[in-house]
Amino acid sequence: MSETAVPVPPKKVNRIGMELATYRGSKTTLCAGCGHNAITERIIDAFYEMGVDPKRVMKFSGIGCSSKSPAYFLNQSHGFNSVHGRMPSVATGALLANASMLGIGISGDGDTGAIGIGQFVHTMRRNLPLIYIIEDNGCYGLTKGQFSPTADLGSKAKNGVVNDLPPIDTCALAIELGASFVARSFSGDKKQLLGILKAAIAHRGTCMIDVISPCVTFNDHEGSTKSYAYAKDHDEVLGEVQFVPFFEDITVEYEAGSTTAVTMHDGSHLYLRKVAEDYNPSNKMAAISLLHETAARGEFATGMIYIAPDQENFIDAMNMVEKPLAMLGADQTRPPKAVLDELMAGLR
Amino acid sequence: MSSPSPSVESAATGPETHVINDFSIQIATVNGSGSQTANMVILRAIFQMGVPVSGKNLFPSNIAGLPTWYTIRANHKGYISRRKEIDFCVAMNPETAKEDVMSLRPGAAVVYDEPLNLNALRADLIFYPVPFDKIVNAVTTDAKLRRLVRNMVYDGVLSHLLSIDLTEMEKALGTMLGKKPKAMQLNMGALEAGKKFAVENLKIQHPFKIERLNKTAGQILVEGNAAAAMGCMFAGVTVVAWYPITPSSSLPETLIGYMRKYRMDKETGKSTFAIVQAEDEIAAIGMIVGAGWAGARAMTSTSGPGVSLMSEFSGLAYYAEIPCVVFDIQRVGPSTGLPTRTAQGDILSTAVNSHGDTQHIMLLPGSVEECYEMAYASFDVAERMQTVVYVMSDLDLGMNTWMSPQFTYIDKSFDRGKVLDEAKVKELGATWGRYKDVDGDGIPYRSLPGTPAPSFFTRGSGHNAMAQYSERADDYAANMDRLARKFDTARTVVPAPILDKVAGAKVGIIAYGSSDFAVQESRDQLLAEAGLKTSYLRLRAYPFAPSVEEFIRNHDRIYVVEQNRDGQMLKLLRMDSDPTLAAKMKSVLHYDGLPIDARSVTDLIVAHEQAV
Repeated sequence: MSETAVPVPPKKVNRIGMELATYRGSKTTLCAGCGHNAITERIIDAFYEMGVDPKRVMKFSGIGCSSKSPAYFLNQSHGFNSVHGRMPSVATGALLANASMLGIGISGDGDTGAIGIGQFVHTMRRNLPLIYIIEDNGCYGLTKGQFSPTADLGSKAKNGVVNDLPPIDTCALAIELGASFVARSFSGDKKQLLGILKAAIAHRGTCMIDVISPCVTFNDHEGSTKSYAYAKDHDEVLGEVQFVPFFEDITVEYEAGSTTAVTMHDGSHLYLRKVAEDYNPSNKMAAISLLHETAARGEFATGMIYIAPDQENFIDAMNMVEKPLAMLGADQTRPPKAVLDELMAGLR
Repeated sequence: MSSPSPSVESAATGPETHVINDFSIQIATVNGSGSQTANMVILRAIFQMGVPVSGKNLFPSNIAGLPTWYTIRANHKGYISRRKEIDFCVAMNPETAKEDVMSLRPGAAVVYDEPLNLNALRADLIFYPVPFDKIVNAVTTDAKLRRLVRNMVYDGVLSHLLSIDLTEMEKALGTMLGKKPKAMQLNMGALEAGKKFAVENLKIQHPFKIERLNKTAGQILVEGNAAAAMGCMFAGVTVVAWYPITPSSSLPETLIGYMRKYRMDKETGKSTFAIVQAEDEIAAIGMIVGAGWAGARAMTSTSGPGVSLMSEFSGLAYYAEIPCVVFDIQRVGPSTGLPTRTAQGDILSTAVNSHGDTQHIMLLPGSVEECYEMAYASFDVAERMQTVVYVMSDLDLGMNTWMSPQFTYIDKSFDRGKVLDEAKVKELGATWGRYKDVDGDGIPYRSLPGTPAPSFFTRGSGHNAMAQYSERADDYAANMDRLARKFDTARTVVPAPILDKVAGAKVGIIAYGSSDFAVQESRDQLLAEAGLKTSYLRLRAYPFAPSVEEFIRNHDRIYVVEQNRDGQMLKLLRMDSDPTLAAKMKSVLHYDGLPIDARSVTDLIVAHEQAV
């Protein structure tokens, strides 16, 4: 009786036929209202909208509140919650083992700026193809509110202790060291963060994204420069980031003459709406100046701060065979007996 | 006085008496003076003459300027461990010359630089003054080259004094300098000048002599680190991450050379590997843990200080059950001091290297051949057992040149362990759990990223059998018990001990690693000099095979020979075996930073036996 059947509305799917739910993870165990959860939501949206197969993604993290979050998105992806501050090395090894995969690493400001600064520095230097997100709340949440190296000078902790050391600007550091995609956003800025994340998915190189993410429990009070109130008042929007993947037909809202088009690795384009008149995200010196100038005013610039789409990345520099190293068998990795004979002959 | 060697042809002393193919040479030079080539020429020439030989480089932690000694032992019986007594000394270093000469046993011979006037120091040695400057000046006018070829002059002198064939020296030099005809010509000039001087001016008064023998056919000369590098390449290693540290660096560096030559496609130039010089040892092990997790055969190489830094990740690899291989080329203690001296000092700390209850598999290569074989086996063991495997070599094995039988090509298929493939996914279906013990051996099935098999989330200890986050007491305890079962399974997966049971022997010796050659020689000494029969068990891995406890049980007294102060392996043996056996095990220790020698082992065992 097909004529009487109620037609079931087709489920909304992305370009590879997957539903949004496929991109979700386990239920979050972070505090209600934590900025990290909003970032998780944007990651889910970005991978869904870009139509990335979750089975082609590897998730990594170190230790801390931020590092718990890979469990809350992309349940079908393999994930690795490693040790404090050492996520970059684990991601490096895994991506060398299987360079066909897309890597996303979630770190925090303590995990990156303190214990992990060494690995952070060298990963940026290598321009490893990895989306490296710092969920930056300026404090250690999981150990209850100690200052991290991105806490602002003069910021006051709940127990009254004043931070007397200047912060590390992870964006400036990443640009200086060689990361080819450096952005900053705010966990509450849905549109901007989504645009940046989608652009990052298309980029082949280190995508260092510092996302200011206020801690509702330990760092959301008046003395803190990373509280919701402070961030909203002092957030200098650098450019409106709207990302147009090559496989999606979306008209972007932008005015000719005031946008910079960046061609991404996969042929898609990133358009930046400039707020500053002459800002050019491909100019390294200008990017660093911008960060210093805004920081001097107690503000943080957000948006696409620096991008070098054609910079050689670590994986390409390795010049590996097409097939992932992890999948190679003895036929490809064990030289024949003649090689051992040759080596032996040289030692006789 | 030691008993007369069978190779002494006459009991009388003097130049008519010959000690053939059984003596040791020590060459004292200044680090960075280019003596390595000259020393290798002597070593190789003796080897090419068919005489078993071994070379030990005692070098400082320094690029140039500090004293360095190279000892070469020729032995017709094939003993290749270090010989404590020096028979022939070449004193080239003015700074150490006096001490070098004063420490020689009576009757030893000394070649020295004439202006040092060493002959005035002692009357009971044989002295050969050589005017090195005068000879070198005639070879070349270039002051820089004079310094470089100076060492080749002593090779020429030794050619005459020890009857080492000059054509064999030329051949040895050719294998090292082959493609540099100018360097070859210059060095040969110095070699010939040294020989000519010796022939014309030095009357041989010592008994030591090399004579052609046929005991090196089918043998090679190689360092353990190069052997291990070969093992890694043939085992199909794909991801290597490392950080420079003596005495380990030559392993990955040699491996890089091999891989670039044999693991790159000749047409496309594409590699079947990735090698990363990491920013430190923590990053190095992090990378191989990540690579092992993603399914690659991955390894790093380090020494004690690096192993300490790798502690946290080692524990993670144990708990998260990730295969990877770590080579520990052991040396003495931390920081500066003696980083270029050998030891077996990391045994106890590596066995439990991390926090929480952690246990690690250690493979214990006892020769350069085993450096090759165990490097190969380590990847199979790591993937089978899904954990970090330590290969415990040391400086003596890794960096010194050893004579060895040629290596055998291994063509059995790789053991990639329990990895979910399509068939296994179908069989296990939804019941699959990453940390479930399906087969009763404690080893679960894992799935790899980028394959159709189900995914899982990897964490440290806080997970249940399904790899879900869990802080439940029963989940934690059950997982810990399974890990213990898995470690028990390893006892029969790792290389078995080598046992030489001698009928009627009440004494058993247990040793491992680079002590093996000294122990073999010591057993002959114990039998010949003290009439003491000994059985011998050489450990090749931890955890111990069940046969180890049986060996201890079957002997009245057990001597555990090792190169550390605290008897680390003995402690592991006591922890692992029946407590009633603890008292019968005693330590025989060597820990002065120099490679262990047979005489020291023999003396200590004899002293213990006399006290019984």
